[in-house]
Amino acid sequence: MPRLNEQNTALAAEIIARYPRPKSALIPLLHLAQEQDGWVTDEAMRHIADLVGVTPAEVRGTGTFYEMFQFEPIGRYLINICGTMSCALLGADELMRAAEEELGIHAGGTTDDGMFTLHRAECQAACTEAPCLQVNYRYRFRVTPVEIRQFIREIRAGQHEAEIPSHGTLARIRQHIPVDRGVGAVDPAAVNEAPVWVTTAPEGGAS
Amino acid sequence: MTTYAWAPGFIAGDRPKIVTSRFEYEDSYTIERYLATGGYEGLRAALARPSYVVHDEVRASTLLGRGGAGFPAGVKWGLTPGGVYPRYLVVNGDESEPGTYKDRLLMERDPHQLIEGCLIACYAAGLSQCFLYIRGEMALAQERVAQALNDAYAAGYIGKNILGTNFSIDIVLHWGAGAYVVGEETALIESLEGNRGMPRLKPPFFPAAIGLYGQPTIVNNVETLANLPFIARHGASDYTAIGTETSPGTRMVAVSGHVKRPGVYEIVNGTTTFRDLLYGEEFCQGIRDGNTLKAFVPGGGSAPWFLPDQLDLPFEGRLVGAAGSMLGSGAIMVMDHTTDIPAAALTLTNFYAHESCGKCVPCREGGTWLMRILQRVVDGHGTTDDLELLLEVGESICPGDMPHAASAELGLDATPFPYKMTTICFVGPSAYVPVHSALTLFRSEFEALVAPSRQRTRIPVTAVGGAS
Ligand SMILES: Cc1cc2nc3c(=O)[nH]c(=O)nc-3n(C[C@H](O)[C@H](O)[C@H](O)COP(=O)(O)O)c2cc1C
Ligand code: SF4
Ligand code: FES
Repeated sequence: MPRLNEQNTALAAEIIARYPRPKSALIPLLHLAQEQDGWVTDEAMRHIADLVGVTPAEVRGTGTFYEMFQFEPIGRYLINICGTMSCALLGADELMRAAEEELGIHAGGTTDDGMFTLHRAECQAACTEAPCLQVNYRYRFRVTPVEIRQFIREIRAGQHEAEIPSHGTLARIRQHIPVDRGVGAVDPAAVNEAPVWVTTAPEGGAS
Repeated sequence: MTTYAWAPGFIAGDRPKIVTSRFEYEDSYTIERYLATGGYEGLRAALARPSYVVHDEVRASTLLGRGGAGFPAGVKWGLTPGGVYPRYLVVNGDESEPGTYKDRLLMERDPHQLIEGCLIACYAAGLSQCFLYIRGEMALAQERVAQALNDAYAAGYIGKNILGTNFSIDIVLHWGAGAYVVGEETALIESLEGNRGMPRLKPPFFPAAIGLYGQPTIVNNVETLANLPFIARHGASDYTAIGTETSPGTRMVAVSGHVKRPGVYEIVNGTTTFRDLLYGEEFCQGIRDGNTLKAFVPGGGSAPWFLPDQLDLPFEGRLVGAAGSMLGSGAIMVMDHTTDIPAAALTLTNFYAHESCGKCVPCREGGTWLMRILQRVVDGHGTTDDLELLLEVGESICPGDMPHAASAELGLDATPFPYKMTTICFVGPSAYVPVHSALTLFRSEFEALVAPSRQRTRIPVTAVGGAS
């Protein structure tokens, strides 16, 4: 059961340093673990607990609140079909039925070959493009039942690998704060003065 | 199925563009395009003036928050307790209110504009570090903002001694992990502290006073901040020249559902009416397939519904509030005459019941009850008693009259939004709003679904109370 590997441990240290308190890095680090293994393992949670100085139970407590974290292996491709109002008004149910038929599973399930997990999702902030879905958080808009079947077959055939990374990988571009440019975390335990650029109005004005 | 080379959604026109001015360029998200189109000029203009002058300018612009509550940004920045430092900026990019689609576009298509807005806010309000919280499910927005931050650091717009001045600030990109309620500002702060995203009680936890790590914290929406480069560069008077006195500038509005041309439009604030939006040639061009309008949700899934006779209301917060609903997050969802109203309401009630954080009993229990009862009504297993039961459960979440479009028709006073509630945040009431709107406006559709009352053992509803 993997902990964060060496490269990710280094990345974790970089992320933790940005926050005044290490615990703030918990969610980003859980994402890192999920990116590494496709799901969040117990070992990774213990490792994260060590890194940010909380108990493993606290890591689990936070992690389980959030829908994106998976604590068991799931499919390489997570298909989220939006079922909230705008999508429902324009055929989300038919889309779900087509996906269920094509995959031979119900919403919530994973295919036997471990390729696909199907979820009914909530509003994805693409309501004007309804009905829509995400595969590993990459969008498809105005999808018809015929198209979703086709799309699933294409993914199975490996046609979308470049554009859709396997489950767990979110953004493929990360923030890096250059050492010579970064200000560093502003910790209330260390700083309690107004920033140097702050000026107040000469007389009773804004502060 | 559409796979767009670049993000879709926005439909341009001849209207004034403040926040979407670069959307016409395919490379709108790059620093090169940003700098070639006046990018970071607002920051330069701000840094050339004392910080309090910039704050005054934003106050004078009456820029209203775009996250839902519509509170003036300049006033909010002034609510921090004097002399207490450090203060933080937390950017609310958690966009997940049903129907809402604008912040994601702004992050994907013009991330530098948002970054510049963050810088101006931190400078003007004396905020020492900025955390940019992006919804977890938005992979492309995360990539675009990350790239923009890296480029802006390299070019000297973020970090130490920005543009050679004594203004120094870090902007930290942070991702969420999927929880609607985290969009509520105190839950956002909890989440940023590494906790379960559960709202805090206000008072005492007003973020401006006690926010991130217990320090004064300004939480602003992405679109709110995206307006700041324009205001800093052109001045409050150019900004207030657009829109009305109480609702200046523009707003991004997403119109979805049964219209011919759904899309995200930047509209003139305060004057554009719902009729313009739904039927106007430059907007949605009417209801699909020649159908007729049945009802619409004017301001995101939490907003009480409107009927066609409210079409002539302008997109103006106070007027819409007085009419019993809200503009919220700028999301209109349109239902034509073919819509199965109880089923449509169920999709929203499901949403809010599902997203309850579980902290307050009326929301946790009441939301689930509403969802289950409505589900059995929609499935044809309900009784007429169930319709009263829905209202009774709702009453335990929102005691007293509910505001909605038909208040006057029903001989009620239209209670302006917001209404009374027994919960910490609006998720609880939001589960009831669609049920209440649908049931009062279209009762016959529910009656057609339910069998006459059978003698059923009623389970008493005593969910009144909980946190207030
Ligand atoms: C349940 C709930 C969800 C919310 N979701 C969001 C959201 O996703 N994005 C947002 O900007 N504001 C959201 N808000 C409003 C925020 O609490 C807050 O008012 C807003 O971010 C302040 O920014 P503004 O003043 O710039 O509008 C939500 C509020 C509630 C009660
Ligand atoms: S109203 Fe619902 S979501 Fe909001 S704090 Fe209470 S239980 Fe949580
Ligand atoms: S309702 Fe499906 S994306 Fe918003």
